[in-house]
Amino acid sequence: MSGITRRDVIKAQAIAAAAAAAGIAVPASAQNLITDANLTDLKWSKAPCRFCGTGCSIMVATKAGRVVATHGDAEAEVNRGLNCVKGYFLSKIMYGKDRLTTPLLRKKNGKFDKNGDFEPVSWDEAFDIMAEKWKATLKAKGPKAVGMFGSGQWTVWEGYAASKLMKAGFRSNNIDPNARHCMASAVVGFIRTFGIDEPMGCYDDFEHADAFVLWGSNMAEMHPILWTRIADRRLSHPHVKVAVLSTYTHRSFDLADIPGVFTPQTDLIIANYIANHIISTGAVNQDFVSQHVNFRKGAQDIGYGLRPDNPLEMAAANAGSGDSEPMTLEEFAEFVKPFTLEFAAEKSGVPKETLKQIAELYADPKVKVMSLWTMGVNQHTRGVWMNNLLYNIHLLTGKIAEPGNSPFSLTGQPSACGTAREVGTFAHRLPADLVVTNPAHRETAETIWKLPTGTVPDWVGAHAVLQNRKLRDGEINVYWVQVNNNMQAAPNMMEEGLPGYRNPDNFIVVSDAYPTVTAEAADLVLPTAMWVEKEGAYGNAERRTQFWHQLVEAPEGAKSDLWQLVEFSKRFTTDEVWPAEILDANPDYKGKTLYQVLYENGNVNAFPNEQRAEGYGNHEAEDFGFYIQKGLFEEYATFGRGHGHDLGAFDTYHEVRGLRWPVVDGKETKWRYNGKFDPYVRNGAPFDFYGKPDGKAVVFALPYEPPAESPDDEFPFWLSTGRVLEHWHSGSMTQRVPELYKAVPDAVCFMHPDDAEALGLRRGVEVRIKSRRGEIISRVETRGRNRPPKGLVFVPWFDARQLINKVTLDATDPLSKQTDFKKCAVRIEAV
Amino acid sequence: MKRIVLSLFAAVSLLSAAAFAADNIATLRPHTPLAENGTPAPMAKPVNSDLRQVRNYPEQPPLIPHTIEGYQIDKNSNKCLTCHSRTAVEVSQAPMVSITHFMNRENQFLASVTPRRYFCNQCHVPQTDAKPLVENGFIDVDAVIDYVKSKEGTK
Repeated sequence: MSGITRRDVIKAQAIAAAAAAAGIAVPASAQNLITDANLTDLKWSKAPCRFCGTGCSIMVATKAGRVVATHGDAEAEVNRGLNCVKGYFLSKIMYGKDRLTTPLLRKKNGKFDKNGDFEPVSWDEAFDIMAEKWKATLKAKGPKAVGMFGSGQWTVWEGYAASKLMKAGFRSNNIDPNARHCMASAVVGFIRTFGIDEPMGCYDDFEHADAFVLWGSNMAEMHPILWTRIADRRLSHPHVKVAVLSTYTHRSFDLADIPGVFTPQTDLIIANYIANHIISTGAVNQDFVSQHVNFRKGAQDIGYGLRPDNPLEMAAANAGSGDSEPMTLEEFAEFVKPFTLEFAAEKSGVPKETLKQIAELYADPKVKVMSLWTMGVNQHTRGVWMNNLLYNIHLLTGKIAEPGNSPFSLTGQPSACGTAREVGTFAHRLPADLVVTNPAHRETAETIWKLPTGTVPDWVGAHAVLQNRKLRDGEINVYWVQVNNNMQAAPNMMEEGLPGYRNPDNFIVVSDAYPTVTAEAADLVLPTAMWVEKEGAYGNAERRTQFWHQLVEAPEGAKSDLWQLVEFSKRFTTDEVWPAEILDANPDYKGKTLYQVLYENGNVNAFPNEQRAEGYGNHEAEDFGFYIQKGLFEEYATFGRGHGHDLGAFDTYHEVRGLRWPVVDGKETKWRYNGKFDPYVRNGAPFDFYGKPDGKAVVFALPYEPPAESPDDEFPFWLSTGRVLEHWHSGSMTQRVPELYKAVPDAVCFMHPDDAEALGLRRGVEVRIKSRRGEIISRVETRGRNRPPKGLVFVPWFDARQLINKVTLDATDPLSKQTDFKKCAVRIEAV
Repeated sequence: MKRIVLSLFAAVSLLSAAAFAADNIATLRPHTPLAENGTPAPMAKPVNSDLRQVRNYPEQPPLIPHTIEGYQIDKNSNKCLTCHSRTAVEVSQAPMVSITHFMNRENQFLASVTPRRYFCNQCHVPQTDAKPLVENGFIDVDAVIDYVKSKEGTK
């Protein structure tokens, strides 16, 4: 009875609410059913999700030039019809009402002025002032004063076109992606241990594993669709175990059989304890280790990637050293011996029983184990070491490169793998794992690109954090930021990022769909087409390359990053940017535009527009007069084909739900290095780590070293930063979707109730979060999804109004140059 | 036709360029210069009206129109299903979980809700009373159809 009454009340309230909301797009009254197919038919096309590195496939419905619906692609192996809440709202990310539709330039009295207000200008005027600044800088200071900051959200061809423009056009290796902030430690870890980047396994491992161990990762929120695969496996198969290790309790603990909260940085100790446990209990897979593994001892006391005059750097014996020397298994066993169960429990704060249970999962030969990690391990001043230590565990037990046995490095961006890593948009890289410091690799690039010998410079460019330092120091003076919000994302904003962008010597250009915090810090803002407003390709965390067509037109005035890069190249001739010695030796290149030598080179313009699929627009191809995406892709694919990085045929990718490289004879590869699955394995061997000349992966002896900054009397709390489920990265897309905004509108300072009480703080009160570098104001949250232990606070970084990176420290892993966003010392004060 | 539609919708979705003649352009950070810190908004209150909202499109997971504070959703228990499971709705009068939630990865129906859909709040989220910082110009498909119909009528 009471139920019926309640429903009556609700119905009355609903009618009132609908009346109050008059003017919204949706009429509350029932509509007559429309059955005319002309009207109800929607055009459905596939596209990968715009957000994280999982790489879910999305079906996108368009009608009359608008995206009207999206849902998870039932045909896609990655997500089989599912999306997370962000993915389900993709339909709305392009329709924030503040989309940029005209370039904006800071001006006073009709001219550019660094201290002027933003005024609309034409694309011509925008490129004019850009070209003027670029040319003046190149003339005065050369290529090292030119910089670009790109993204793991660039499409494959955008990253490739940018890399060419910077490395071959402007002859500057000062190009780095924001993937430096999220994946660099994983990359160096892979290269050190295996000699080739990216995971050997794939998502099929989820359905084969008997145990999952999360190292500092909160997959329930950050990789929700992969979490559905773990939940499916764990809950359908009662023997399966889930272990979750983190510095605070979060939603992934809801599925944990074995939960463990550890003191920040002691993951190094836990990993070494597990290696010690495996050796001391006789669980080493002797056959595997003797055939497929080398042992090396790494350099120690390697510093913290801070400015060279920082006392921590000056005190480090081997700052920045990735050196190592060979050792034996016996010597390695001695090295890890001090990492006993008692020692690990004491240092980490994780109970002995818990640590032992996790160690046993790895040691038991019958249990197939998948280890998973992302930012907790990678955003770490010893992030490369942590990656190496996790591979140690899997190599010692031989639990690697076969279904269900899988050390798996997850990624945070949709094309951190596909673009940043595979295309090689880092300051030291070229496509397909080639590097600028190797003369043979540069020659390969110059040959494929049909450019003169010596075009690609041999120096390692500035990485993300160094770029901000060089901007502040006035060493990089013209700087182009695409597809990222680095003012909000980069560490130590008040000491490095903001003074760098506002340095009067510098001209900063930001390309974005929306006016972000980074755009506000710029001098010129370029309005940018996003996601399905252009044809694109992304590569996800399991080596899967996925394509999509342009499905709708961008708002009038907005252009893709690809269009911007290629169009800008028309403004330069080789004589203006290349040295006389190169041109004198190669007179054919004299007087050509960069557009001609980079993109009209017979490769990039090899495919006519007739080859494009019917029924889809392509604003770049229409403007340039050839199928530029195909040309860029085919030229790029030349680097990897036949070298273990093979990509499939361009047109195939538009049909299938992605393929995992290497794609050999049209077939994808699920488990690399395993003779049963990988055509690159040599001589019929069961395993072959062919990234290393002798086919052996490396177990590294690496110790515990303390973090760059730890809590003390003055700054008594650890600060960890990160994301929330409902928002992606800096929130520039998801904060503009009302449903996602209203789900989680503001960042808060998650803290332990006892800490709050000790400081006299109640839930919801304003607090100042202060470090040695800066401060923000937030509100205390003592409940909800994140429950930190005493002495630690967690603040998400999606909120443009609470720029937590004013507080963070720009200490990096000295090998990968990736920032540790998870550890610095702060004070919490009532406001 | 596509072009016409775009220009019609442009009125809705384009901001006048003149509005940008300013320094403070970051819409999500109104009124506070980058180097300064504003007062954070008071913590938004959870919406607890039980009033269902129109979905933007049929595939959208419904928003949760009530608070879920303190709900246990872990490997031992799922509080949501005490009202939304197939057998609970007669008593609760809550909507039953969608039939898609009974399908496994191979699209076969299971006897009960699939474990892959176990953590409801990965897709279904409650709302607060926070007022969005930026309006969204997404247009409901019914409005698009009305537009298409009106154009066909004028042919």
